[in-house]
Amino acid sequence: MSKTTEVTKDITILFAGDSGDGIQLAGTQFTNTTALFGNDLSTFPNFPAEIRAPQGTLAGVSGFQLRFSSIEIFTPGDICDVLVVMNAAALKANLKQLKTGGIIIANSDGFDPKNLGLAKYPASVNPLKDNSLEKYKVHEVDVTKLTKECLKESGLGIKEIDRTKNMFVLGFILWMFNRDMDNTIKYIQDKFKKNPAVMDANIKTLKAGYHFGDTSETFTTRFQVEKAQLEKGEYRNIMGNQAAAIGLIAAAERSGLTLFYGTYPITPATDILHELARYKNFGVKTFQAEDEIAAIGSTIGASFGGALAVTASSGPGIALKGEAIGLALMLEIPLVIINIQRGGPSTGLPTKTEQSDLLQALYGRNGEAPVPVVAAYSPSDCFTTVFEACRIAVEHMTPVFFMSDGYIANGSEPWKFPTADSLPTIKAVFAEPRNEGDEKYMPYKRDEKLVRKWAIPGTKGLEHRVGGIEKEDITGNISYDPDNHEHMVKTRAKKVENIADSIPLQQIDNGKEKGKLLIVGWGSTYGSIKAAVREAIEEGYDVSHAHIKYLNPLPKNLGEILYNFENIIVPEMNNGQLVKVLRDKYLVPAVPFNKIKGMPFSAAEIKEKIVETLKK
Amino acid sequence: MSETIEKPYTAKDLETDQDVRWCPGCGDYSILKQVQKVVPELGIKRENLVFVSGIGCSSRFPYYMETFGMHSIHGRATAIASGLKAARPELSVWIVTGDGDALSIGGNHLIHILRKNFNVNILLFNNQIYGLTKGQYSPASEEGKITKSSPMGSIDHPFNPLALCLGADSTFIARTMDRDPTHLREVIKRANDHKGTSMVEIYQNCNVFNDGAFFIYTDKETKAVETLFLEQGKPLIFGEGKTKGIKLDGFKPVIVDLTDGTAASDLWIHDETDRVKAGLLSRFFDNPSTEGHLPRPFGVFYTEARYCYEDALVDQITTTIAKSGKGDLNKLLKGGNTWTIA
Repeated sequence: MSKTTEVTKDITILFAGDSGDGIQLAGTQFTNTTALFGNDLSTFPNFPAEIRAPQGTLAGVSGFQLRFSSIEIFTPGDICDVLVVMNAAALKANLKQLKTGGIIIANSDGFDPKNLGLAKYPASVNPLKDNSLEKYKVHEVDVTKLTKECLKESGLGIKEIDRTKNMFVLGFILWMFNRDMDNTIKYIQDKFKKNPAVMDANIKTLKAGYHFGDTSETFTTRFQVEKAQLEKGEYRNIMGNQAAAIGLIAAAERSGLTLFYGTYPITPATDILHELARYKNFGVKTFQAEDEIAAIGSTIGASFGGALAVTASSGPGIALKGEAIGLALMLEIPLVIINIQRGGPSTGLPTKTEQSDLLQALYGRNGEAPVPVVAAYSPSDCFTTVFEACRIAVEHMTPVFFMSDGYIANGSEPWKFPTADSLPTIKAVFAEPRNEGDEKYMPYKRDEKLVRKWAIPGTKGLEHRVGGIEKEDITGNISYDPDNHEHMVKTRAKKVENIADSIPLQQIDNGKEKGKLLIVGWGSTYGSIKAAVREAIEEGYDVSHAHIKYLNPLPKNLGEILYNFENIIVPEMNNGQLVKVLRDKYLVPAVPFNKIKGMPFSAAEIKEKIVETLKK
Repeated sequence: MSETIEKPYTAKDLETDQDVRWCPGCGDYSILKQVQKVVPELGIKRENLVFVSGIGCSSRFPYYMETFGMHSIHGRATAIASGLKAARPELSVWIVTGDGDALSIGGNHLIHILRKNFNVNILLFNNQIYGLTKGQYSPASEEGKITKSSPMGSIDHPFNPLALCLGADSTFIARTMDRDPTHLREVIKRANDHKGTSMVEIYQNCNVFNDGAFFIYTDKETKAVETLFLEQGKPLIFGEGKTKGIKLDGFKPVIVDLTDGTAASDLWIHDETDRVKAGLLSRFFDNPSTEGHLPRPFGVFYTEARYCYEDALVDQITTTIAKSGKGDLNKLLKGGNTWTIA
């Protein structure tokens, strides 16, 4: 039977199955292959909090969404073209994500009575058999049976054979989208080099899946997504947490400092630790502390000693670090605090995304405790922004918050990576050694930016004491003097405000400088807002988009920009936080637009809001 | 520490220009003085000395030492010192803490620094009371203690600090007291010589909120009978005129009268490297008012040679670099798989 190839610009696939089905791995492998091919892409893994929730249940469904295209894209897709489901629960949980007319590839073995029951389908209802899916193109493949058949002579046990199912699916999808298997085969060879039997089995199943597409008569159409016309240059694929890790190493190299990373494992920040622990060849010191407080404590010690010290956590852990952040601020030493936000409050939704820690970063400490805050807006931007957080921390001798969230931390996109030389240098200013007879060292003497010098132990003549008690200006001695306290509080605030002189002015990302509607975002909502605003502008709507990376201090011209618009909408994955800051600081009638579902905005949701606002 | 110092410094050079603000008569004065006296003998460059403290009366200590110092936050000095030592293994790092700071709010960090075994010295000033907050019972206060927060007597069972530390696999534990300056200095020297986390419990009198808590061990009349000074390789002997000894009956320590003809060679011989015996010694913790109680030991209970965290951390880095070379940032930025858009 002849097969046809349909050329298409933009495809979104959602792989879904049990969290033990290897869905994330199949998705990542397909992503890497499609990245190497040269598509623009964006991914969104979505997994349950439990490592292995009960098999076959709705709670155990893990998903990996990938959008790839020959055009420039900014989000992992609002709605899917292809849904791959390993069992009934995966179908039930994700069907609403599939467009009408979309393709379902279902592992029929996952729709036996037991799985249907676990997915809470009524008795004797099988969606694959009852025509309820007639709006879609359904392809049933008995992946389990075909995998077993393919490996019957492998000598592997049933469990091991079962574990290669994801490779069958991956092989099939590679066929369906006209991609070759080389990259995946190389990956399997590398991963299982110590276990040749498992390596062979995985490769065999992958190929079986691929050839199944070729020979099976049910599939007549393959899809071709041409290379994307991105800016010229060399690209790689990158995930947000990976970009943050690399950004920290780059900042250490460009500042000449040793990177010290003290942290306690927490979802979704832990992958940065995993990544950095591998880079001992860069002299990176990772320290897995006994708790969140010890984690930041260790970084305060390391920073006092002259290291580029970084701690990371998510909301609950940041709450525990609050007192210590205040100490770092009093000591006026550099420190980067990474918050990979997740759904809150309390334990909240550990594996789901949210932007609800902005006010915590800005205000969540005792006393007058201003801390600079920067936020990344996409996976690759985590590199640039964490580097910038390090620069501000070191050059302004202050703790700095770097905000990311589960969505961009685990999401990936192509990255036109820089060369080492093109990165700015970060200038640490250490206090010089002193000789006998020199004037006594004054630890809280400041430069014109109000920044004190880094006076590290081991430097002759700089012996001095610092601490959390209010300090006398210049000398750093304990002081309870009322005027001194007010002076120091204002000085520390001014020092942070002064950072506004060293950051870029706010740009309009898209649209006119003045007009009817400005969409103001921060962090990971960038892609959805960008896509929505671009579409609305094409359709003739008077709308612009500004995305704030520097949340404290805010860019100097932000007020001017805001005053140029009749309406301001602030979409956030929280109950309205940046909007409060803007209203407070600029007295503008900014309106919140919130989504608090542990899921990112779709471009369509924002577009709808734009249209609704402008039609009033 | 065998490094040579260009210009030696004296106790006087370790005094700061700040007024010492502990209550007159506080045991902390004596400890400060002995530390200032002994540190110049240790051969450490002054600029390499760092004193880190938490919160509490004792934690004001760094302000009075002309070295690098950090008066940090409650309970966290151990965590901060860990990071400092990991980043700068060549520094001489000292933690000054109290029974509330180390055993209550900072209990978690204490046990973890002990097991990780950073090469730092911990001076735990134990006065068995919360002094800075004006006299509440601490986790080291005895049962039934009447304080402002326990008017009917404390119902908290106290920690036995050294037994706790031994349980956390501490590689050096010792006890000394504010009122025995010579012993205090000797123990501090030993703590500094030990490579690993050295835990020194110092009985310290709070003359305002818990006056006399340790007088039984420091007063002339009772000191000889109530204290047992440990010396490596020597039998456990104590009492007026050194007339009493401790013998082991199986695992049970028994007090014997040496005037009865018991030979010193039959006694328990102190061996700092014996973990089991150290465990027994740490349990010499009876309330001195109980009949037939054992004397309270002072000196070095236990030492063990175990790798230090910071050395192993540096070692992993140097091994990696020796094996695969120094990291190349361009390679890192590029990653494994790239594609070019022309």
